[in-house]
Amino acid sequence: MSNIGSYEEKYNNFDWKVSATELEYGKDGMYNIAYYCSDRIVEKGLGDKVALIWQGFSGAVRNYTYRDIKIYSNNFAKFLSDLGIVPGDRICIFMDRIPELFISFLGILKMGGITQPLFSAFGEEALFTRLDDAQTKAIITTKKHVGKVRRIREKLPALEKVILVDADQQKLKGDEIAFGMEQAPKVNEFPVFKAEAETPSVLHYTSGTTGKPKGAMHVHSSIIAQYITAKWVLDITTDDICWCTADPGWVTGTSYGIIGPWSAGVTQTVLDAGFNSEKWYGFIQKHKITVWYTAPTAIRLLMKDGVEAVKKYDLSSLRHLISVGEPLNAEAVIWSEEAFDKPFHDSYWQTETGAIVITNYPGMKIKPGSMGKPFPGITATVVDQKTFEPIKTPGTVGLIALKPGWPSMFRTYWNNKSMYDSKFANNLYICGDRASIDADGYFWFVGRDDDVINTGGHLVGPFEIESALLEHDAVAESAAIGKPDQVNMEVVKAFVALKPGYEANADLELSIMNFIRKKLSPLAMPQEIEFVESLPKTRSGKIMRRLLKAKEWGQEIGDVSTLEND
Amino acid sequence: MAEDLKNLIIDYVKREYLEEDSEEEVNENTPLISSGIVDSFSMVSLKTFLEKKFNVKIPDDKATPEAFDTVNNMVNLLKEFNVT
Repeated sequence: MSNIGSYEEKYNNFDWKVSATELEYGKDGMYNIAYYCSDRIVEKGLGDKVALIWQGFSGAVRNYTYRDIKIYSNNFAKFLSDLGIVPGDRICIFMDRIPELFISFLGILKMGGITQPLFSAFGEEALFTRLDDAQTKAIITTKKHVGKVRRIREKLPALEKVILVDADQQKLKGDEIAFGMEQAPKVNEFPVFKAEAETPSVLHYTSGTTGKPKGAMHVHSSIIAQYITAKWVLDITTDDICWCTADPGWVTGTSYGIIGPWSAGVTQTVLDAGFNSEKWYGFIQKHKITVWYTAPTAIRLLMKDGVEAVKKYDLSSLRHLISVGEPLNAEAVIWSEEAFDKPFHDSYWQTETGAIVITNYPGMKIKPGSMGKPFPGITATVVDQKTFEPIKTPGTVGLIALKPGWPSMFRTYWNNKSMYDSKFANNLYICGDRASIDADGYFWFVGRDDDVINTGGHLVGPFEIESALLEHDAVAESAAIGKPDQVNMEVVKAFVALKPGYEANADLELSIMNFIRKKLSPLAMPQEIEFVESLPKTRSGKIMRRLLKAKEWGQEIGDVSTLEND
Repeated sequence: MAEDLKNLIIDYVKREYLEEDSEEEVNENTPLISSGIVDSFSMVSLKTFLEKKFNVKIPDDKATPEAFDTVNNMVNLLKEFNVT
């Protein structure tokens, strides 16, 4: 029997208080996420239970109990407080998936800071944009990544503290500070900051079609949604060993790689290594993982290596499989039944929603290729693209819209209230994705409603790529679109018009690719560059990205009457 | 010749994928993809480099993470295209 039991019964009789009551949320005036993910579990007598099994690339394994998590996060909290960091300050975490990442996340929250995790593969420009926007006061990083921070630090006057968790004193430059989480004197008790339910907690940056990336701001009471969705969608129980493969630089990695499982007191695992199917299967076998939350891109990569590769390992511990990041194609669901004797359950949500909002539940019939049904407490519909009125006819495509008010909904975009306001219409939050609902109430994803590129489950903004392309010496004009890709759903394709004196060739293509990879991130790097004489523009001079995308996807081009040069 | 090939690829990996003051060692057996030095997205730029440098076209079904995981694996892949 699954945790959720009957979906219909739960959906029809739901109140978020169910979650708050189980968590004892707000008891003694305590609302801080970090308390519920560490101290409370220890208080319940589970201090010796393993909270984190971490495995590095070389195979080295380190285990941390809930007591360890409590003490080491206390260490971080005290260290940051002693440095003069105060509640409300933004503190960035910028490192690979080492234990310090997960534990400092709680340490920052414990002292009242707003944690700003950023994907460690971001290049210096992507990092600068996000630190500058948030006016981040401190960054916690490692020797491997501090070079990027050093190159932009002069431009970031608000960034007062650069902290390295793995450096010797002699490796530091300027006023950088070394802090060893496990070497510091143990802080057995730390007065956890008395956050309110609405106190800001986590700032996750996400990309849009235009402008700079936006910081979606979440609050401490998001835990009410993250806890109950972890229990009812991931179906976690006390004895489970969970593996959420997402990096905490993205929202999945914090909501379900930290907050959900740890608030429920279960053991979670981390593999800090690049993708390799045999390594992944070996990891599941070695740690007897029971609940596996991963992405369609990873599943499709595993599919490439076939069922034979799966059968070399004993993966009988696996009990429940869930997927997130982009639509899970029907073939992947069917393949997982053959490979693992159980299907992957697709789940849909966004940085802005903070927790799963539409999904397939354990025990519920899966329609392969469908997103599933709204989580209890979530009112979801599809609306007409022009009137924003709910569509009543099954199978008709519209925009996915949610009734605001669930606990993990973002509260604003940092410093960008007008952009936040623009996401609402007809008293609904408009997700920016298109879908239809069938006669049985299942949602079916169709695509994005804007030009944002979904590559491997990560959203990449075309504007950010185009702006960076223009900084390359050879580039006069540029456009970036998503191109269909079998594994990643979409990859970035760039169209580039060169300045006079430059010749289109493979050398230049490679130079531009690497330029974007280092400046922004590997995700933003164009996987293909098409050199063109000029780009199609409207009469007002705006590049017609829509036209380029339609051509690439083999779609109807539509009205081109406003084109200047066709 | 094979040594030249290896050194050429090692130099490229160090130059393009490691920070200037990186302490990481790269030799012909260093795992690149599975260690995270080169992520799966960046593999495309590595593939483009090999194709451009050696004037070959590596089909998608040969461009697997395993084939690019070490410099030795890449040298073996290139041998299939008579590059030695």
